[in-house]
Parts: sequence; structure tokens; C-alpha cells
Amino acid sequence: MDALIPASEFGLIMPEILLTGFALVLLLIGGFTRGPVASKISGVLCVVGSLLALYFTVNMWGTNLDVFNRLYTIDNYGTFFKGLFLVILILVAIVSLRYADREEIGSGEYYSLLMFGVLGMMVMTSSHHFITIFIGLEVMSLSIYILCGFLRNNITSVEAALKYFLLGAFATGFLLYGMSMIYGSTGIIDVVELKRYFLMKQPFSVAMFIIGLGLLLVGFGFKIASVPFHMWTPDVYQGAPTSITAYMATGVKAAAFGALIRIFYTAFIPFQFGWSGIIWILAVLTMTIGNITALVQRDIKRMLAYSSIAHAGYILVAFITGDRAQASSMLYYLMAYSFMNIGAFTAIIVLQKKGDNSSELDSFTGLGARHPFIALCMCIFLLSLAGVPPLAGFMGKFYVFSTAVKAQYYWLAIIGFLNSVVAAYYYLRVIVYMYFKDPVGDEGAVDRAPQYGLVMVICILALLYMGIFPKVFVLMAQKAVGIFG
Amino acid sequence: MTEFSVFGIPILSFLIFFPLLGAVLLLFVDRRNTLLIKSATLIFSLFELFASVPLFYKFSNTAKGMQFAEKADWFPDWGISYFIGIDGISLLLVLLTTFLTVICVLCSWKAIEDKVKEYYITFLFLETAMIGTLCALDLVLFYVFWELMLIPMYLLIGIWGGPNRIYAAIKFFLFTMAGSVLMLVAILYLYYFYYAQSGIYTFNVLELYKASVPLAKQYWLFGAFALSFAIKVPMFPVHTWLPDAHTEAPTAGSVILAGVLLKMGTYGFIRFAIPLFPSAAIDAIPLMSILAVIGIIYGAIVSMMQPDLKRLIAFSSVSHLGYVMLGIFAFNMQGVQGGIYQMLSHGISTGGLFLIVGMIYERRHTRMISDFGGIAKVMPIFAVFFMIITLSSIALPGTNGFVGEFLILLGAFKSNVVYGTLATTGVILGAVYMLWMFQRVMFGQVTNEANKNLKDLDRREIAILSCMVFFILLMGIYPKMFFNKMDTSVTEYLSLVKNKNVQARMLEPGAIGAAKVAADTTNTNMTR
Repeated sequence: MDALIPASEFGLIMPEILLTGFALVLLLIGGFTRGPVASKISGVLCVVGSLLALYFTVNMWGTNLDVFNRLYTIDNYGTFFKGLFLVILILVAIVSLRYADREEIGSGEYYSLLMFGVLGMMVMTSSHHFITIFIGLEVMSLSIYILCGFLRNNITSVEAALKYFLLGAFATGFLLYGMSMIYGSTGIIDVVELKRYFLMKQPFSVAMFIIGLGLLLVGFGFKIASVPFHMWTPDVYQGAPTSITAYMATGVKAAAFGALIRIFYTAFIPFQFGWSGIIWILAVLTMTIGNITALVQRDIKRMLAYSSIAHAGYILVAFITGDRAQASSMLYYLMAYSFMNIGAFTAIIVLQKKGDNSSELDSFTGLGARHPFIALCMCIFLLSLAGVPPLAGFMGKFYVFSTAVKAQYYWLAIIGFLNSVVAAYYYLRVIVYMYFKDPVGDEGAVDRAPQYGLVMVICILALLYMGIFPKVFVLMAQKAVGIFG
Repeated sequence: MTEFSVFGIPILSFLIFFPLLGAVLLLFVDRRNTLLIKSATLIFSLFELFASVPLFYKFSNTAKGMQFAEKADWFPDWGISYFIGIDGISLLLVLLTTFLTVICVLCSWKAIEDKVKEYYITFLFLETAMIGTLCALDLVLFYVFWELMLIPMYLLIGIWGGPNRIYAAIKFFLFTMAGSVLMLVAILYLYYFYYAQSGIYTFNVLELYKASVPLAKQYWLFGAFALSFAIKVPMFPVHTWLPDAHTEAPTAGSVILAGVLLKMGTYGFIRFAIPLFPSAAIDAIPLMSILAVIGIIYGAIVSMMQPDLKRLIAFSSVSHLGYVMLGIFAFNMQGVQGGIYQMLSHGISTGGLFLIVGMIYERRHTRMISDFGGIAKVMPIFAVFFMIITLSSIALPGTNGFVGEFLILLGAFKSNVVYGTLATTGVILGAVYMLWMFQRVMFGQVTNEANKNLKDLDRREIAILSCMVFFILLMGIYPKMFFNKMDTSVTEYLSLVKNKNVQARMLEPGAIGAAKVAADTTNTNMTR
């Protein structure tokens, strides 16, 4: 094996290098200066760095290469996810420009960790080597453990960080165990190699392999917040700073799904019958428990946390089928899901008061009369989450469940759709509070800032465009999953 | 195919999106300028009405298939297209929609004082969704508009409704959505099934009519479609959302709900559920007819006992829509034509009743029958209109209600005497509850002090009700004008259903299939 790495390969990881560079600069800024001005500068640098990285990522579209002795891979699948993460990062950073200042958590480190988190996500989805995937996952997770606890004086935020860290550490342990057991039973640590190996051998006779696969699922199940590994989600989502909640709910989930889909769809499709049963049950439980628990929540952040669990269930519905061509439905769904969640959490941020990290349902009472624009935005995000056409949420559900129907998982599709009716109830309840109830007392001013408005408008336009003209995005997702062949 | 356009935009697209354009324009009007908002909405809806009238004249009575059709690719890879068109059945419903929208805008003129801007925007948005649903010939397009109808109606009930509006709005939304998601699964199934059969990915309904689905699968698929539409109609066991929704909705909401939205259910049966799965539909005749008959009688009996005027009319809707379903499932010319005619006339007469109730409610702020009595003496003009509309709802000969109901019963008797006989009792019961209600409200002494000084109708209200009465009489006296439009389409529809049914049974293995074909052709007389 040639140990030398051609210099040209560094050009292919330009987005990653840029992110690292900017993150390090931000770290330095954080080390020397503090205060609102430094925070502003850091935020702007973060946005600029991400935009640059996004530019390089977009240019990378169409390149399919294994680099660094096959430890790292540049392909459409990875590029698709990189683009998604960067867009998430940009939106969250724009929101943070204002939010982090308000909560006085803005600093070089904050933005630097945001960028490192995305770097981890990008690494995680751009490799078919278990070790690289694991390193990416750790970079991402460690950044987010810290980000969760950024509201140092808020007990729930600290609790969220600690809880997420402890449970996350265990989950990572499981994941690593899983990977090492698969390695132990097959002698292979590269997913593409595994695929070749399975073409010749039947792995289900080896107990160690089965346990390894199970542990792998547990590890990813934790990250995507699937039942029964979802317990941390509501507490962490609720406790974390709201901008970080938006970041976690979308970025982490997309990254975990990205790696999960890549591993399973590359290597484990030949014995899809072996794991689909277990995931069938997981998917049904995830959808149902997520939605039913969301019904009784009074705190919107908590409700959206449970709803995000349910959405993971919807994606699992398509995941089960093992239909490589239709894997694009999951990618499309993740994209739509990211926009609606970032939008919804931004609307929550607007309504939150300085120093108060809660988001009681009551704070939405009569919002339609008090602040029509914010209410309208929130209404659109909720309707999209509920899957009402012509928004992207509908197209996503349509695509995901049509995948299930195509693969003849009729009951799964029916359960999924019925779940979306249950979900409609709690999304609509927020609309009830916003529009059907009259404002009670003086709720005071909300934090109106152009940054929030910009992000919400971007999200709405994206949702409408993706919903009405899904073609561009579907074709993009289809190209991305082309690597599964 | 007749081509016809407004401002260079094909007519149907124009009709679908013009209200939406109006809604967007309204967004930019100052919310305090309510008069401008109201007049602008009235102008938009009037223009829409005038743009839709030529449809009636340009529509060819003899041409088969869809007219004014437009087709554009939407997402060709998935076989989703923007495919719209109307036949004789949807033509009349589109006209009913544009007409009732104008009426609704007029009748909300004074009733809605709160959030006026949002109200009219919602209404225009609703009109877009309704016309879109009626014109869509692509299943995805249809589903999009179908679901889109839910949102504005949900808001209309929930924001401008009565005291129990939140419960009613959510119940309405969840019931309808639960039905429609099952339909979506069936749509997807059919889509992949047709692909397996023909190698074409398409959601085009006219194309999917050609699919020959095995009987066993037809039952499931028909079941899913039928449940979704039956909830919307609403048919007997799934009707419980309707009284709540009607009672809580503002007057205009009730009018549009009764006038158009319920028709979407029956229309869905004719356009989608039955022609897509004819054999299952024919096998479901006993079930659907029995449910329809139960709906007729149950609705009538429950109506009788209602103390609340709006609730009474809501249950009478259950009864009237039962007739429509019975007619459709008679599977003969009279039944189906009667069913469609009843759809139109129910829109007019029940819409009219809701208007009447709305007008008296604006004056007295109560809808309890016991609060009234002797109103005829205080409000003579009102009494005349109320009487005419009541009689039309009872189906007095000479009014619109008679034509539809008579044809339906004729068709029902022809296909099954038992259902026909049972349904006829509904006619008697209908007269009982309506006339009794009328008597209690209008005749006798004025017992309640508050009723003594009620103002009679003003010019706006007279204008609204005159329009309704005009159509009641026109449809009652000269029904031919409307039947001419639907003759060809209904004939085509029946022969399609018949041929597909025979075809599907022939494909069934064994003698059961063939024997059933023979039995079906004798049982269901499909020719006029």
C-alpha cells in the first residue's frame, strides 16, 4: 500500500479544511477577547466560513473518489449531506447572531464548536471506513455535549449536557463494540469490503456478528432518537439553548441517519430479511410512542422533541424496505424535516424571553392577533410537520410511505399515516392557541430581529419550493443514493 | 375539446387560481379598511362567478370525456401531472361552488366583524381548494387540493365559530384526515399496481380507470377510498363530526360546508371510488344502500328531536345525503342522475336554510326553536322566503328537491324494492320535522318579548335569498337544462363501470366469476 498521499486529495476535502481553519481561528478569538463585539465578529466569521465551505461542497457535486487510502470518500451521497449540514449550520449561526447575544453565550468557542460539530457530521457521512465514521461521530458528539450546557447558570441546560454526555458515552461505547465485533467476526472494517464479503458468505451463522450488528443498531438508535433509546431526547432538547436544540434536532439526526443508511445500504442489504423485522417493530414503536407522548406535552420544545422522535420513525419506515433506489426518500425527508424544525425552533426563540429557556404552550396564546407574521410562520412550519400539502412535509411523507407501499409493507404505511393523524392533533393544538384563543393580558414585547425573520423566510420558501416543485430535490437525492448501485 | 380562456389563461386554471390571487392581493390591504376588504372579496368572487358561467354555455352536451382539459407535467418521473378537466358532473358542482361563494361573501357582510381580513382571505383560499378538487384528474393533484380544503375550513370553524368551536374544528379535521390518509395508501398501492401491470408510472385517473384490479384487492382499495369519502359525505356511522361542525361554524361556513364540501364525498365516489373499483363497488351495493337508508331514516328521526335549528338542519343533511348515496348505488341512469341532481339541490336548499338561520341568529343571538314562535307576524318577508326554502327541502313538486328525490327513489325501486320502500319513509319523516320546525318557529303567538320588535329582512338579505329562491324554482321547473349537461357523462360513467365490472369478473378464476357476471347483469339494470 502506498503510504504517500497525493497533494491533490487535499483539494477534495476543502470544505472540511475550511471549517477546521475557521473553527480554530474562532477558538483563538475566543481565547483573547470576549464580549458582544467579539461574539458578533465570531458569528459573522462562522457564517462566512460556512458559506465558503458550502461553495466548495457544491462544486464537489459529481465527484466520486476514495481518498486517503480509502479512509475517506468523496461521493454524491456525502456531498449531499455535507450541503445539508452546512445549510443547517448557516441557518443556526444566523439565528445565533442574535440569540447567543441575548442569552450572553455568544463567544468564539460557541461558534467554533458549532463548526466542529458540523465537521464531525461531514466526516461521519463521507466515509465507508468504520474508524473514520466513529471519529466523525465523536467529534460531533463531543462538540454538542458542550454546546448543550452553554447556559451555564441554567440548571436544565447543565442537566441536559450531563445527561446527554453520560448516555451518549454509553451509546458510543455500544457503537464501538458493535463495530469491533463485526470486525472480529469478519476481519473487515470497511463497509465496501464487507459488501464483497457478504456476496460470498452467509454471516448469520456467526453469533458474534449478530451481536455486533445489534450493538451497532443500538448506537445509531440512540443518535437518531429511536424508541427505546429515546429517553434522553425530551430532557436534552428542552434543556439545551434553543438554537442548539434546532441544531441537534436536525443536524445530529441527519448525520446519524446518513451514516446508518450508508453502512446498511452498502453492506447489509443482502440479508435485509434479517434485520427488517426488528426495525419494523422499532419503527412502529418510535412513531407511536413519539406521537402519543407528544400529545400530552405542555412545553413546545418538549413537544417538538417527541415529534422529532416520531419523525425518526417515519424515516425508519423507508429504511426497512432496503430498496436502494428509494433510499432517496429518506434523504428528501431529512432535508424537508431540517427546514421545518429549524423554522419552528426559530419561532420559539422569538417568543422566549431573555434568560428563560422554557416555551410554554400558553406563551403562544393569541399570537395570531399579537404578532401575525410570527404566528403565520409558525403555522406554516406546524402544517408542514403535520404533512399538509403542498408543503415539503407532505411530499416527504408521501415519498417515504410510497417507498413502504412499493416494497409491500402496507401495514407499516397504514400505521405511519394513522400516526400522522395523531400528530396532526398536537400540531393543530398550537395553532388553536395561536389563532383560536384571545390574548390574555399583556405578554410584553417579543424579540423581533431581522436575523430570525430571515431564517424563517428562508425556511418557508424552502418548504414551499420543495413541496410544490419536488423534482430538483428528488433528483438530487436520487443521484446521491446512486452510490448504492 | 372546447378551448376557452380568460386573459390568456385556460379557463379552469384561471378559476382555480384566481381566488388565490385575490387572497394574496388582500394580504396587502390595511386591516382596518374593512369595507375595502369586503368589497374587494365580493368583486373577486363575482368575477369568478361570471368567469365560470360561460363554462355552462361552452360545454358541449354531446362530447364524451373531459372538457376544457389542461395537462402539464408536474413531476414526470413519478407520473404526477397537473391534469385538470371537467365533465357534466363536475361542471355543475363547479358552478355551484362559484355561486355559493358569492352568496357566502354577501351573507358574511355584517356577521363577521372580527379579523375581517383573515376571514375573507381564508374564504378565497377555500374557493381555490374546492374548485381544484373538483377539476383535478390526477390523483396526487386531487389529494393535494382535498387536504388543502381542510385547512381553511378548520380555521373558519375554529376562529369564527360558536362557543364550542375548538372541539368541533379539531374533530372535523381529524375525522377527515384519518379517512384521507387511508385513501392515500390505496392511491399509492394502485399506482404501483398499475405500474406492475402496464409498465407506466401514472396518477392520471383516466389512465388508471384501465387498470384491471383483481377482486380481492378491489375490496381493500375500494374500502379505503370509500371510508375516506363516506366520512366526508357523511354516511351513517361516521357522520358524528357533521352536527358539531355545522353547529359551531359561522353561517357562511355552514353554507359552504353543506353546499360544497359534503358533495366532495359523493363526487369522490362517482369520480374515483366507483369507476376505479367497479366490481367491489357493485358487491358493496347492499352494504352502502343499507347504510344510506339508515342515514336517511336516522337523520330524519334525530332531526325531529333537535332543539337547536342549526343542529336540526345538520342532521337533515345526513338524511339528504343518504338519498344521494342511495341514488349513486342504484347504478342506473335515474338513480345516478337523481343523486347528482340532489347534490346540487341540497346545496341550494340546505345552504338556504343555513342562511335563514344565520339571519335570525344575527337578530336574536339564539338558535333554540323554543325561543321563537310567531315570527311570521313580525317578519312577513322573511316568512315567505323561509317557507319556500323549507318546502324545497321537503321536496315539494315544483321545487328543486322534488326532482332529485323522485329520480333517486325511482332508481332505488328499480334496483331493489326494499331499499326504495324504506327510503320513501324518509320523505314523510322529512316533511314531519321540517314542517313541525317551521310551525314552532313561525306560527302561533309571539310568546317571547324579544321577538316582538325584530326587523324584517333588509335589501342585502332579500337579494341573497332571492338568488336562492330563483334557483330553487328554476331547478324545480326546468330541470332539463341541467340534465342535458350531465346526460352524456352519466351514460359514459355507467357503461364504464359496467364494462369494467364484467371484465374484472371474467378474469376471476373459476365459475364464480362468470356466474356473478350473469347475476349482476340481471340485477343491475344499467340502461335507461
